[in-house]
Amino acid sequence: MIYLRLFWEFFKTGLFAVGGGMATIPFLSEMAERTGWFTQGMLADMIAVGESTPGPIGVNTATYVGFTVAGVPGGIVATLGLVLPSFLIILLVAAFLKAFRTNKYVERVFYGIRPASVGMIGAACVAVMRLCLVDTAAFAESRALADLFHWKGMALFALIWVLTNLVKGTKKLHPVIFIAASAAVGIVFRFAGA
Amino acid sequence: MKLKLLGNLFVAFAKVGVLTFGGGYAMLPMLQREIVDAHGWATEEELADYYAIGQCTPGVIAVNTATFIGQKLGGPLCAAAATLGVVFPSLVIITVIAAVLQNFAQLAVVRNAFAGIRVCVCALILNAVVKLWKKAVVDLPTLLIFLAVLALAVFTKLSPVVFVVAAALAGVALKAREAKR
Repeated sequence: MIYLRLFWEFFKTGLFAVGGGMATIPFLSEMAERTGWFTQGMLADMIAVGESTPGPIGVNTATYVGFTVAGVPGGIVATLGLVLPSFLIILLVAAFLKAFRTNKYVERVFYGIRPASVGMIGAACVAVMRLCLVDTAAFAESRALADLFHWKGMALFALIWVLTNLVKGTKKLHPVIFIAASAAVGIVFRFAGA
Repeated sequence: MKLKLLGNLFVAFAKVGVLTFGGGYAMLPMLQREIVDAHGWATEEELADYYAIGQCTPGVIAVNTATFIGQKLGGPLCAAAATLGVVFPSLVIITVIAAVLQNFAQLAVVRNAFAGIRVCVCALILNAVVKLWKKAVVDLPTLLIFLAVLALAVFTKLSPVVFVVAAALAGVALKAREAKR
């Protein structure tokens, strides 16, 4: 029963992803690996759409994955699965708000989880980089270092990094602007070779 | 009366959902306008509290904040109305976009565009990692947890659930030792 499996997969994601929408990415990446429902490349595209449309990124990406796997009902089931654990947890936390904020065990647990969550998102970042910045297949064939990198991709990556971190005027621009500009660059310079 | 509140909550949070682009920090000003200024459902400080808790509990921050405010106003039913409100626009918008893109995915223009966008997503995720890193990695133990999880997540196929549970236990153990000293 695909809907039950979808719901369960996203329930787990919602239960263990701490730190907002980006924290769901490692779970989705592992889901792709294990279930074969979608590829890492498709996941990167879905994240991009999730970032460039209104609404929380985590919810957008869940809806998209669910839709890809099992149509409109799939999108609904995946989203509800993602939301249910935090819904229940917040109801519980709200009842003990003061105790929760000052509880030393809660503080200790999150002291450990926070850096782990960043490590997992970092690993997901490495996975997307492997996908669009290096070409290990071509490198294995020719053994020429020049073939290891997607040079166009590297150049665009460096440019976006500089614009989002160093240049004062563009640092605060909304991500959707960079996504739209990258789409244009991809089309003009034929990033997919198509 | 109750029914009206449920409806109002759903609509207010659906508005927040539609007008928030990119989630996370982008949402706070929208919440302030809708929840604090327009409806007076929470004070500025309460909202900041809910938001902070939403960040350190599992799940999507926007959803957590919505649940919190709904619960505070009128119990679990109101929490459900607020939560469904905040996800409703995403469901509709993404479903439409996904259905449209499915039909054009093979076009050269679309494939080239997404190849460019993937590079941008790389950079955006890296920026998010750096930002979160500054808040999470505060001393040597947290640095070691970060490095261990990063290495294991890159080179093994362990489930992320394992990392979260192990890191939670490590956090408790490390802080308990510190407290004993």
